[in-house]
Amino acid sequence: MAKRTPLYDLHVKYGGQIVDFAGYDLPVQYEGLGVIKEHVAVRTAAGIFDVSHMGEFIICGEKVEAAINGMLTNDISGMYDGQVRYSPLPNDKGGAVDDVLVYRISARSFLLVVNAANTEKDAKWVVSHLPSDVSFANISDAVAQVALQGPKAEAILRKIVPDAYVPKKYYSFVKDAQIEGMRCIISRTGYTGEKGYEIYCGNLDVCKIYEIIMAAGKDEGLLPAGLGARDTLRFEAGMPLYGHELGEDIPLNEVDLGFAIKMNKDNFIGKDALVAHEPEYERVGAKLVDRGIAREHCPVYLGDEQVGIVTSGTHSPTLGYPIAMLRIKKGLRDGLTVDVRGKRLRIEIIPLPFYKKA
Amino acid sequence: MSKLMYAKTHEWVKIDGKEATIGLSDHAQHELGDLVFINLPAVGDSITAGETFCDVESVKAVSDVMAPVSGKIVAVNDELENAPESINNDPMGAWICKVEVSSVPDDLMDEAAYAEFIK
Repeated sequence: MAKRTPLYDLHVKYGGQIVDFAGYDLPVQYEGLGVIKEHVAVRTAAGIFDVSHMGEFIICGEKVEAAINGMLTNDISGMYDGQVRYSPLPNDKGGAVDDVLVYRISARSFLLVVNAANTEKDAKWVVSHLPSDVSFANISDAVAQVALQGPKAEAILRKIVPDAYVPKKYYSFVKDAQIEGMRCIISRTGYTGEKGYEIYCGNLDVCKIYEIIMAAGKDEGLLPAGLGARDTLRFEAGMPLYGHELGEDIPLNEVDLGFAIKMNKDNFIGKDALVAHEPEYERVGAKLVDRGIAREHCPVYLGDEQVGIVTSGTHSPTLGYPIAMLRIKKGLRDGLTVDVRGKRLRIEIIPLPFYKKA
Repeated sequence: MSKLMYAKTHEWVKIDGKEATIGLSDHAQHELGDLVFINLPAVGDSITAGETFCDVESVKAVSDVMAPVSGKIVAVNDELENAPESINNDPMGAWICKVEVSSVPDDLMDEAAYAEFIK
């Protein structure tokens, strides 16, 4: 049976259509709203998501920074307390165990936020690579998280917390924030391509916090938003999703995440494999020239030769036409087609991200 | 007098003598969610009851539309091509095609039976 997040009853109250996602009962969309309305709300006003299913690890110790750094492709040295950094978590082959957010709480204490479907796998992986003088705790089941995203997110947040609790910079957080006396971490991060915040709190407080945000956002056009909109939003923003653009067998130097892969860093798991691996494929964006929607797994062709696959694809609510992310052989641009249910549709390679906020 | 019937695969069909009009039920559009694409059949196509003749796509997935009756397509609602969301907004008004009927299967349901079926 799927797990429920502490917000389950509120999803039902707001008309959430519940599906099983990564072992959790979560709303894919809300009755009377739907993916497109929820998506548009996040692009034009604000949306609130339950992301309590995400995993959280606390890692502490004198040598914690070096220990974690050896497990990441990105470099977390030199971060300040209250800073967040994105990084793939590589395996020995140079593929991805997961992709994670790293929060520096202090020089000797870090928070790792991981994908729900990978929480157990990641916990084993991380523990097995930590030295014995660094401690590890998987606090996922005690921590809830809501994401408040969209151009009105800051105005809504400011109605409920003082200025000191509003993180000022993108990818920074306030550790000891409170919402009506309830302790939380407020982080200026998100998975939508909009300005927004992710709020980590205790399971017992999250329903109250959710309702406080809903009330504060009532006049700002805030809507509850489900997994469907979360996926279309991240997709338009060109963000990879583990299991689609990233995986154990996809070399990390083929996924267009160069900003988070620091090959000049001393050493990290999978570095040798990545040095040895000349990239053969790349992650690119495309739009459909012919009518139709290319979905995940659709094969991509150059003439009669299959040169890759679609890793994510749908109709873009913001752009109003179908787009796709592809994993194709490097350097190909012209004359590509995608096989959609037996029909070859022409595609045009376009830059990622598909959408960038104004 | 036309007769409104439903297929188990959630299409509605209004049969008026030899002509039938076909669309997707309100229940179907609700289950599919926001429709963003429709692959319409063409006038002159033959359709067979129980077989796919059209597909619709929501943001999340593609779904086949099955023919509730057999026959030959005599008209297609081309307006849906640029406005598939009409099926969400007005499922009974947003017809997909009209056919000259050759046969009607005996397992179609009337409105009351369909309402019971989707309970």
